[in-house]
Amino acid sequence: MEMKTVDSNIHLDVEAIRLNFPILTKKVNGQTLVYFDNGATVQKPIAVIDAINDYYSHYNANIHRGVHTLSREATELFEQARQTVAAHFRVVNPQQCIFTAGTTDGINMIAQGLAKSILKPGDEILLTAYEHHSNILPWQLWAHENGGVLKVIPLLSNHSLDIDSISTLITAKTKVIAVTQVSNTLGLITPLEPLLKLAKQHGIITVIDGAQAAPHLPVDLTALNPDFFVCSAHKMYGPTGIGLLYMREQWLKTLPMAKTGGGTIKTVSFEKTEYAEGALRFEPGTPHIAGAVGFAAALKFMNAVGVSNIYQHETELVNEAQHQLLQLPEVEIYGQSEHKAGVISFNLKNAHPFDVGTLLDKYGIAVRTGHHCTQPLMQLLGIQGTVRASFAVYNTKAEVHHFIEKLKRVIHLLA
Amino acid sequence: MEIREIENEIIEEFELFGDDWEQKYEHLIDLGRSLPLIAEQYKTESNIIQGCQSRVWLNARYQDGKLVFTADSDAIITKGMVALMIRLLSYQTPEAIIKAPLEFINKIGLKEHLSPTRANGLVSMIKRMKQEAVQHLAK
Repeated sequence: MEMKTVDSNIHLDVEAIRLNFPILTKKVNGQTLVYFDNGATVQKPIAVIDAINDYYSHYNANIHRGVHTLSREATELFEQARQTVAAHFRVVNPQQCIFTAGTTDGINMIAQGLAKSILKPGDEILLTAYEHHSNILPWQLWAHENGGVLKVIPLLSNHSLDIDSISTLITAKTKVIAVTQVSNTLGLITPLEPLLKLAKQHGIITVIDGAQAAPHLPVDLTALNPDFFVCSAHKMYGPTGIGLLYMREQWLKTLPMAKTGGGTIKTVSFEKTEYAEGALRFEPGTPHIAGAVGFAAALKFMNAVGVSNIYQHETELVNEAQHQLLQLPEVEIYGQSEHKAGVISFNLKNAHPFDVGTLLDKYGIAVRTGHHCTQPLMQLLGIQGTVRASFAVYNTKAEVHHFIEKLKRVIHLLA
Repeated sequence: MEIREIENEIIEEFELFGDDWEQKYEHLIDLGRSLPLIAEQYKTESNIIQGCQSRVWLNARYQDGKLVFTADSDAIITKGMVALMIRLLSYQTPEAIIKAPLEFINKIGLKEHLSPTRANGLVSMIKRMKQEAVQHLAK
């Protein structure tokens, strides 16, 4: 892949990077697309599109157990993809990297597995006030069915997490802390280190929802060492329908499977089954092979650019947007901070986010409006929803300025 | 006025703006602002039409053989669309409401508001208006 990165510490050649994304030249409502809905899903570079195309054109076969050449090649590609994912997240044993359908799938697998083994009635699970529904509902389902309790780490007045409250929330019954690494609505980064340290002291299982962190930040799972970590490829320049479930090595053998089927076994009789070891135990059925191949291509793209460079570039965009938005008295920003990952959430006073999003779309600017699957957070903030602009590596300061100019028009139209 | 006549009136009104979508939306927003407020007592849970994003409240009453609608929305653009629908279907007979083709939305270039992904409650509102008409005929 041609990837020109100029001075890896400061400047990315964003114009060169943009050439990798065919969709960015698309016209929307007669205007050049400005895509600021990257928190929902990120656009795909040619390298990813080509990798998937290439897989289906030249290697497609079902994997594992096939004796023929194509099956062996497809299996190799799939397992290479696992190694690429492991290397990206600094995981020593690739078997700890399980392919899932995505973050939601991963959290459900963890919650169901723990519900079958560790969790008992009366046990408590600690979440944050800004969790995505996907990291609430699987736990809530268990709690409702089994008499469990969900406890919520509150936010401070600046909307950041009240880390000091955690030690008072932890009890002898706290079994799991499940937190997002980055709030999908506010973009705020959860301070994981103190949280993981506390969890370790109390022997609490840790689940990190990395869906919004992995696209923006370098994630070193060996250093973080949580029990579980999940993310989705499609938010990381990869295809939809595939994600990562990382688990600490001990869980590979002890976490009960949420689902089972072909591919997960060593031997089967009608009386009993001996299950496979490692990642395969959690990957029943034919996996999303092309997805895994595309995921690996996406990670190669991210690493060619440099994840730290991506973070730095996006942070510049967030800070620029935040700075410009603060000049507008009509704007209210939620989770105002310089320690954010790629996301800025705001409202126009006296305007519904739906109206703002509808008008921005007429100018070819794609933002997300609504509750962002964080209704408990919306209730806490006392609002129906927000307008969320979220950035990726291909976004530019010029786009941010264009967005601000058009937002001023929107303010005028709605005044 | 018959529904068809009102539709033509709205189409003519929007033709003034040509391709200038900003003017068109300014007009839509003005229409939303001029929509008579629904009485607070009718902004009930049972009158709420939940879109994913903006909410619409719709109240229907039957008067002299005709259905009278009042409505509101928390989003002003949705409210503009609501105002157009009320102008068209309120004080009409149930038979006329059921038969109303509502092609004007396409002709004034606001078809996108009827797309299911808009999630603005408008499609559900039109459905509810027609349902009210059907229910009154069945009585």
